[in-house]
Amino acid sequence: MVPSSPVPQNSIGKASPPPSTPPPQASILDFFRAISPGLPQIEFCIQCGSCGGSCPAATLLDHTPRRLFALIRAGEIEEVLQSNTPWYCVSCYFCMVRCPQEIHITDLMYGLKTLAYQRGYTHNNKATHLSTTFAGYIERNGRAFELGIASRHYLRHPPADLIETARMGAGMFFKGRLKLVPEKIKGVAQLQKILGRAKELETPL
Amino acid sequence: MKYLFYPGCSLHSTSSAYLDSLYAIQEKLGFEFAEVEDWNCCGANEYVALHRIPAYALIARNLALAEQQQNGAQTLVAACSACYLNLAKTAKYMGTDKELNARVNDALAAGGMHYTPGSVEVRHILDLMCNKLGACKVKKLVERPLTGLRVAPYYGCMVLRPDPDKRWRDPESPTALEDLILATGAELVEFPLRTHCCSGHMPQINTETSMELIRRLVEGAVKSGADLLITTCPLCQLNIDGYQHEMNKYFKTNYAMPILFFTQLIGLAFGLSPESLGVGKEITSAAPALARIGVKVETEPAAHKRPPKEQGLPMPRMPEIYGEDL
Repeated sequence: MVPSSPVPQNSIGKASPPPSTPPPQASILDFFRAISPGLPQIEFCIQCGSCGGSCPAATLLDHTPRRLFALIRAGEIEEVLQSNTPWYCVSCYFCMVRCPQEIHITDLMYGLKTLAYQRGYTHNNKATHLSTTFAGYIERNGRAFELGIASRHYLRHPPADLIETARMGAGMFFKGRLKLVPEKIKGVAQLQKILGRAKELETPL
Repeated sequence: MKYLFYPGCSLHSTSSAYLDSLYAIQEKLGFEFAEVEDWNCCGANEYVALHRIPAYALIARNLALAEQQQNGAQTLVAACSACYLNLAKTAKYMGTDKELNARVNDALAAGGMHYTPGSVEVRHILDLMCNKLGACKVKKLVERPLTGLRVAPYYGCMVLRPDPDKRWRDPESPTALEDLILATGAELVEFPLRTHCCSGHMPQINTETSMELIRRLVEGAVKSGADLLITTCPLCQLNIDGYQHEMNKYFKTNYAMPILFFTQLIGLAFGLSPESLGVGKEITSAAPALARIGVKVETEPAAHKRPPKEQGLPMPRMPEIYGEDL
């Protein structure tokens, strides 16, 4: 028989939050309904596992979407926010079209990313940094700038094979597929005003 | 037929061949694309990961611009899969979620803009070509049938899934690109991985996974006997084409599977020159595959390459230890 430990353990052996502050379940579901438009229908999950089985990045996930939803139901919000699952989502939407309950899984992953980022959980630095670098260029210029994004990202996180990456970059450049100067839209000021106002309207998460 | 066109950042840089070929074939197909003026980036999958309302506002600015600009054209056409899905999803969610619509329009008002849900119809170029025009119409316009070229279709993800406006019959076994390949006279190769993931932004995040996903597709295409792949998405093209050399090095393989945009293939069948379609801009060259059907692609003069020396330095002769005498 396994001796009972003083701290309650969940399935992966991490300490659960203290039982004195359990977030009420209804509010969690409302909360996910709020961060994802449309119909997340997360409460309808029948735990079939089609999502995890369809996921191309499944080997990297600490929790499959199915387990994430079970954790949300169980009120283990801390565990959910620390999970790397949303950050490894490649947005292939296989889980979403295969889900028998039509849960908007990919949209919920975006919602979870937003939530984790805004609450300061940046456990997976690479994915978060790629997003922030990308966002920085959009907010400054209105358009993405591949060379800038890639070089900034690779300065922070050097690529696994530097020579290959440089080779590919040079290949792209000589084929005329890489711009050296960022494109800038005329209405940058207008876009920044819109985004500024939109950030004020964001529900505090 | 007039259409508003949203090119997206990729078509202006890494996938300029897609834009070239689309503009080259538009007249023959009877399309007239007018670029949305001063469009901004749709945010891809990155901006929506950090913010919610700002991400929708970013996309809705393009929809609002399209609504302002529409003169006779009601349809906004996107070529990039991610751009298409972002625009289509935002247009749909703004129509179904009143609170989201109010907030996004509040944000747009800060820049003096407004978007009425439903005023612009968002479609992908593949959807337009197959479901509105029809592959038979394309077939009638073919001047140089690509007989003998073995082509495998590759859809990627976001054109088919999640399909917010229900444009396709089945998101997992589509037939649109297949119909177009047959229309061009090329031989259709069955490629079971045609709707699988190209690894998206994974090459920047996790090398192991991205290389494995790219390997599956390239190896699958080679084993199915295809000469080349055609795709609908700039990121799929970039991942399979640009990262193929790195993938080969990673797995110690030696595959060479060129991937073109489907518009380039149609352009070739229309008898247009490969240069005008941007063929030759791909890193894994399609020239050997196209040479099979007699299409010559001018390879760039290798001006930046050092010319080979006429005579090498004299090397010492090594004794043949493992010669036949031993």
